[in-house]
Amino acid sequence: MVQNAQNLSSAPNPANGNGKSVVIDCNITELYYGKFKAVRDTRIPIERNRITAFIGPSGCGKSTVLRCLNRMNDLVRGFRFEGHVHFQGADIYHPSIDPVAVRRYIGMVFQQPNPFAMSIYRNVAFGLKLNGYKGDREERVKRALCAAALWDEVKDKLHTSALSLSGGQQQRLCIARAIATEPEVLLMDEPCSALDPIATRRIEELMLELKESYTIAIVTHNLQQAQRVADKTGFLYVDTTQGGRTGYLVEFGLTKQLFEDPKEKHTQDYIHGRFS
Amino acid sequence: MQKIVPANIRDIQDGPRKSISRPPTFIEKHCNSVFGWATYFFAWLTVLLVLYIVCIIAIQAAPAIRDYGLGFITGTTWDANTHQYGVLPEIWGTMYSSLLALVIGSLFGVAVAVFLSEHFLSSFVFSIEKLFGVQFHSFWGKLPDKFEQILKNLIELLAAIPSVVYGLWGIFFVIPLIRPVCDWLNTNLGWIPIFNTTLSGPGMLPASIVLAIMILPTVSAISLNALLAVPPKLREASYGLGATRWETILAILIPTASKGIFGSIILAFGRALGETMALAMLVGNANVISWSLFSPANTLAALLANNFPEAGPKEVGVLMFAALILLAITLFVNMIGAFILQKASTPNEGAR
Ligand SMILES: Nc1ncnc2c1ncn2[C@@H]1O[C@H](COP(=O)(O)OP(=O)(O)OP(=O)(O)O)[C@@H](O)[C@H]1O
Ligand SMILES: [Mg+2]
Repeated sequence: MVQNAQNLSSAPNPANGNGKSVVIDCNITELYYGKFKAVRDTRIPIERNRITAFIGPSGCGKSTVLRCLNRMNDLVRGFRFEGHVHFQGADIYHPSIDPVAVRRYIGMVFQQPNPFAMSIYRNVAFGLKLNGYKGDREERVKRALCAAALWDEVKDKLHTSALSLSGGQQQRLCIARAIATEPEVLLMDEPCSALDPIATRRIEELMLELKESYTIAIVTHNLQQAQRVADKTGFLYVDTTQGGRTGYLVEFGLTKQLFEDPKEKHTQDYIHGRFS
Repeated sequence: MQKIVPANIRDIQDGPRKSISRPPTFIEKHCNSVFGWATYFFAWLTVLLVLYIVCIIAIQAAPAIRDYGLGFITGTTWDANTHQYGVLPEIWGTMYSSLLALVIGSLFGVAVAVFLSEHFLSSFVFSIEKLFGVQFHSFWGKLPDKFEQILKNLIELLAAIPSVVYGLWGIFFVIPLIRPVCDWLNTNLGWIPIFNTTLSGPGMLPASIVLAIMILPTVSAISLNALLAVPPKLREASYGLGATRWETILAILIPTASKGIFGSIILAFGRALGETMALAMLVGNANVISWSLFSPANTLAALLANNFPEAGPKEVGVLMFAALILLAITLFVNMIGAFILQKASTPNEGAR
């Protein structure tokens, strides 16, 4: 067992048989909000330099699972979790691990663009400042903005308020902010739900570029999007048989296989737009 | 498979569809305009009232203004026998006590607002309950939020305590409490100007401490609302980037709420400037200009309260002059505050 937060940054595990390594091994046995059991039996391995998508009907716990991966759920009072999440071999729910450290290695982009009420530059530099980065901040900010395909649009107004950007630009700014510190993994919770098709397209292209250097997990309602970008896809569904509304993982596999030849009935119904 | 589209609206109704829309009636239309005029009337009435008060005071003060002019503001003696009047020590005391109270009161007030808005108390109670495993119990489970509500109400209750009670509390509790500390500071650090006299009872420090407590509810209530109005998504964004709780509070929450916090501080300053009774009891009523925290002093409001009862006709005019000055200071502070608020808030609002 890894004993301190420092080890979160340790070298990746040696590649396993497939030549791919699992960065986050997520195994949720049971997950509660207060007395409400939100998710059960969900095991998703997230592989390095791959995009892993979570799909499923609204309220099935996709965001919950995603937020588990960088301990964002710790902010919810009454949150309780059984199982484990291993990040590069270290158990991030181990008592000796600081949730703040986890979030520095596993970044997050949210459904709604949420830039701070400060300048574009200071938004992107926020993470650098948190990590006490001493080097050339401007260079880093520029690199992040370029990577997020936003540099050309904002290079002349870096010091104006981030709130003056359009929704799509704000979302790309949030992506730039999240990748400025180059975290290992990027979690994205419906990053395109507030965007038009063109901005969505740009962000999808961006994800495909980013996956060269990052590992990405994305929640999406857009099945085409999952098919376009994801290497692997997990389908979650709500189980109402035991009284509550508990989400669980129905099927997980290669995107192509999951969409073309789903094994489970629920998956078939969902991706063909049939609801029961 | 089930239909997910709701049944056609016509299926629900029996018989043909019949609209119940109608234009507004005569009465509805006229009530509307009467209401509009009434709001206009009351809005202007308050403006007129303020102007009327200012005029009355100015008229009453006119003879004194003619006699003393600017010398009244720069003079430092107040002697009814020789008809020498000057309010510089009172202006000094008003500003000194208010600013000191503002520093103490705002720090505490904002701290309280952060404490409540970040749910420190309820999280603490929750974690205690967790030890006993009763955190989701139907009665105990509600307790964390109840505690917080009670604390919030208690702080707002501070605003309901009468000024004179604060004065008494200051005399019988605060002064004896701080006296040993003040004596120690005076003997050991007396070379620093703010400690260079002894506390002989009433004085600047006890007055400011009590004043700080009196303005605390104003600061904390308004700051709390401002902090609670910060969109939760900003909090999430900050935590999501790996900020600690304190980094989030200091770098995101307080700056985002700064407009409201600043507004609360200006309001509190206005209140501190005009506060009368408690100060009249605690400040010492001495015409002294001193940096020392322990020296007795005087404020404009306390001067007015103390001198009106025995004022002769001539002194009333002089006191009205002092009242006019107090009014001007208060107005000035509020205007500066409004101006800064406007300056501080414009750049971000553009987009949404
Ligand atoms: N902070 C919370 N406190 C209590 N219950 C919550 C909380 N967040 C989510 N839940 C519950 O957990 C369940 C799963 O929510 P979640 O947000 O993970 O769904 P989702 O799959 O992301 O849905 P959507 O696609 O609509 O975003 C829901 O039933 C929801 O009511
Ligand atoms: Mg969601």
